[in-house]
Amino acid sequence: MTSSERLREALRGTPGWDWLRDALARPETIARSFSSAGRAPLPGAPGWTADEAARALLLAALPPDRVAEVAADLYRYGDADEKRAVLKALPLLPVGARAVPLLHDAIRTNDTRLLAAALGPYAAHLDPAAWRQAVLKCVFMGVPLAEVHDLDRRADDGLAAMLAAFAAEREAAGRPVPGDAAALLRRLTSEET
Amino acid sequence: MRIFDPHIHMTSRTTDDYARMAAAGIRAVVEPAFWLGQPRTNPGSFTDYFDSLIGWEPYRAAQFGVVHHATVALNPKEAGDPRCRPVLDLLPRYLDKDRVVAVGEIGYDSMTPDEDDAFERQLALAVEHDLPALVHTPHRDKAAGTRRSLDLVRSSGIAPGRVAIDHLNEVTIDLVHGSGCWMGFSIYPETKMSPPRMVELLRKYGTERMLVNSAADWGVSDPLLTLATAEAMLAAGFGEDDVDRVMWRNPVEFYGQSGRLDLTGVTGAAEPTFAGSSIKRGGE
Repeated sequence: MTSSERLREALRGTPGWDWLRDALARPETIARSFSSAGRAPLPGAPGWTADEAARALLLAALPPDRVAEVAADLYRYGDADEKRAVLKALPLLPVGARAVPLLHDAIRTNDTRLLAAALGPYAAHLDPAAWRQAVLKCVFMGVPLAEVHDLDRRADDGLAAMLAAFAAEREAAGRPVPGDAAALLRRLTSEET
Repeated sequence: MRIFDPHIHMTSRTTDDYARMAAAGIRAVVEPAFWLGQPRTNPGSFTDYFDSLIGWEPYRAAQFGVVHHATVALNPKEAGDPRCRPVLDLLPRYLDKDRVVAVGEIGYDSMTPDEDDAFERQLALAVEHDLPALVHTPHRDKAAGTRRSLDLVRSSGIAPGRVAIDHLNEVTIDLVHGSGCWMGFSIYPETKMSPPRMVELLRKYGTERMLVNSAADWGVSDPLLTLATAEAMLAAGFGEDDVDRVMWRNPVEFYGQSGRLDLTGVTGAAEPTFAGSSIKRGGE
């Protein structure tokens, strides 16, 4: 079963299902249904809030050749919840690397929910420099590093150097280094020796 | 004491204001879309502004335990500018959003035919999107502007109970009092309305359909004047329940008509953390 099918199964038969089924059958109305999905009486699914799950399904129901363009438009005109839902849905959608500009936008914000959502599985499309900057931004903004998909596999010497410089600045200022950042730095540097 | 400021432009205020407001008991605010002092020259300036009202600003407010909703519209000061008119066509997308609880501020600035048209079209959008409407009354020729606003409201078909006529004073309140519309008052340090004058109006007209706001923005204004008015009410002999009605239950009832007012967690502690980590200092 694909992730979309699992989400669909989680929402099927709940009080908001009829609304969602109708919305899924009319992809041409997605601009409105995507906005109001947060107000439908739907449950969440493991790892997904209710609005994220419904919105991911609405995106997954689009004709594949239109998904990237519509997702970018919904993100552009979305409120913070809609933007987060688009970011969360990206790994489920046939968009290749075309949605990477959305990640850059989200990573530039100071909204921790968007930053965290930008560092899910789809962040595999981010180049190493952008990914390292985003991870360091998580450390600055208090987004737990456990939110970052594939952290240990992807963390490299470049990130270790940035974390070490960050730790040095913090120590010089007499300010603490967050525990998860310190632990990651220890893992990265102990692997080297 | 709990306070809901039904009209305040937080985009123009600092984090110090949020901290002082939260400490004063201001737990919820509605931020109407308005002008920025500097004229905007293209529709993109508006969409970026609206994005802020439904994205960054509620997030910023939440850091201080203040719940933030917005109203969206092409404001009267810019409704006559041909460079801004295309915003009218962009509004429907924003009027569908979860945290948009009214169409506003709409109304008159100079009472031109273009303003008539924008006002009328936006009242129709309120009906279509099942939202209340927040109507700004003009600074110049206020009584005539208030009368003309009420005429347009009546002909639009929107229920008067779903309309707030704002920035009223001793002269214009009588025009609105019998209309069934809600009556908004902006308490300013020097102009518009003061706490003692507001208390007199509440004494004379009662507390029903009365909304008290600070309308604080980038000009001389004070986000704590709702609290000052509440205290003036108590000092003048109004009870705690009267204050709660004016400062909390009335705005909740008015904007609650949108079906989108989400006050979850408003009586609980602030939520200044993300999964246990403070994010108050942003990137520092």
